[in-house]
Amino acid sequence: MSSLLETKSLTRAFGGVVAVNSVDFNVEKGLITGLIGPNGAGKTTLFNNITGLDVPSSGKVYYEGKDITGYPAHKICRLGIARTFQNIRLFKDLSVIDNVMIGLHFKNGKGSRLGLAIKSFIGLKGEQTVMYKRAMKWLDFFGMSHLADEPAGSLPYGYQRELEIARALATEPKLLFLDEPAAGMNPQETESLMETIRRIRDLGVTVVLIEHDMKLVMNICDNITVLNYGQKIAQGSASDIQKDPNVIEAYLGKDDEDDDDDDFDEDRE
Amino acid sequence: MLNFFLLIVIYAGIYALMALGQNMITGYVGILSLCQAGFFAVGSYVTAILTVNFGWSFWATVPVAILLSAFLGVLIGLPTLRLKGDYLAIATLGFAEILRTVINNWDSLTNGPNGISRIPKAVIFGYTIKSKYAYIALIWVFVFIVWALFERIAKSRMGRALEAVREDEIAASSMGINVTKYKVWAFALGAAAAGLAGCLQALYIGSVMPGTYVFMVSIMALCMVVLGGMGNFAAVILGAFIIQFISYFPQMVGLSNIIPAQARQILFGLILVLMMIYRPQGILGRSKRKYKTTTGKEASK
Repeated sequence: MSSLLETKSLTRAFGGVVAVNSVDFNVEKGLITGLIGPNGAGKTTLFNNITGLDVPSSGKVYYEGKDITGYPAHKICRLGIARTFQNIRLFKDLSVIDNVMIGLHFKNGKGSRLGLAIKSFIGLKGEQTVMYKRAMKWLDFFGMSHLADEPAGSLPYGYQRELEIARALATEPKLLFLDEPAAGMNPQETESLMETIRRIRDLGVTVVLIEHDMKLVMNICDNITVLNYGQKIAQGSASDIQKDPNVIEAYLGKDDEDDDDDDFDEDRE
Repeated sequence: MLNFFLLIVIYAGIYALMALGQNMITGYVGILSLCQAGFFAVGSYVTAILTVNFGWSFWATVPVAILLSAFLGVLIGLPTLRLKGDYLAIATLGFAEILRTVINNWDSLTNGPNGISRIPKAVIFGYTIKSKYAYIALIWVFVFIVWALFERIAKSRMGRALEAVREDEIAASSMGINVTKYKVWAFALGAAAAGLAGCLQALYIGSVMPGTYVFMVSIMALCMVVLGGMGNFAAVILGAFIIQFISYFPQMVGLSNIIPAQARQILFGLILVLMMIYRPQGILGRSKRKYKTTTGKEASK
């Protein structure tokens, strides 16, 4: 059991509202981890606190054993944690290929920063060809290289979601956070998204996803964490989660006639 | 008539430098800065003070002016670039006014409202730059150097990062781009270009006065960018020509008695409003990145 990422009693409060309340969330290397919970459970807030877009009120985030709490987002990305957004955040006016090339921004060889800047300034064409090819490889991965020159904002919705994942993958992350990747997709698109996520895992990328589509979550997630009102209420495999009484209560509500229910169960036994 | 044309070419060049800088800031990173007049003044006064008071040659003052402007750009950029939209515009506007007020009141260094005159002419290889044609050559050499430099930066990964910041700061930072760093860089580059424009202005006029570096100058630089096309350096230079032509038109056709100089302020305002309504992308529009490899063929491989 090797945890790639761990949060230790992570808490984020907005004034009196505690969006994430002392959550221990851990992600194991090589697996697909699901993060589910009713609306407003604090899933996206947890993502934001891990990926540096928000700073936890208390608690720690460890990545590969290193404390990365409060790091700025660009540093966290450079450590190998990429993400997508619930409400797609593409660079809409730029072309599809440029979007992916921005993902490659800090991936152009090793050396001092100034050296790199000068190298990119003088050897512009060479660098561009290399970046272009690498970006194209990611578009090919999603079968959308024919759209390379289109403005990203003009793509159909499903492609926009995939482009956002392509852009995140271009940063060559070890850990990829997907925030509701299937939102707004029809069943066929969801099906192909499931396949894509498995292919991403096979590249050696650890995937964490927030999702409301239970079919998708139960099918591909190796490990599921459930949040409700900012607290972790369950963790385990798909079958464990489906049986967990806390989870059922969170999603379906508590049965008012508890006693009757118990009677019924006893009768049956 | 010819004189007016030459004058337009000279001023279009000086303002084009400022507008190129403004384009880096507003066109690429999407920061609405109204500060170019301030950096313009800094460039002018550096040249004036160093040549007149310290006997430097014009050429030696150019790098000093550029570096000082860029430094001031970083200085104002670091605290203000956290602000957004209108607030940032007001902060930068304030900074330009502070610079002008300091210049107006620091008598011992800048000679206050009287300004500094008798700035010596520049000499290059024994040839003194005096005629309008020589000035045109000098100024436009600088314009083309800055243009080439900025175009190159805009096409490199830095340019792409700047555009990412403009499009979506949160997404950009999640792609490993240090948003603040790139904003400050763009601001410094824009300031440096305005500083260089200031040097040339001081040299051409031969004197500097605080009254030259008013808010209107920043508005003109912004107008050039909006009119030509945000994010397109060639368009910005075209914008500089058009705006200068409009400024000198009443004098050129001998109508300056009928159309007062203040009327051009109304005109610029009108241009800004009309462009925003009918052609927000400017005359030429944003320049698109092109890559040599044709995508269709690549994909089929």
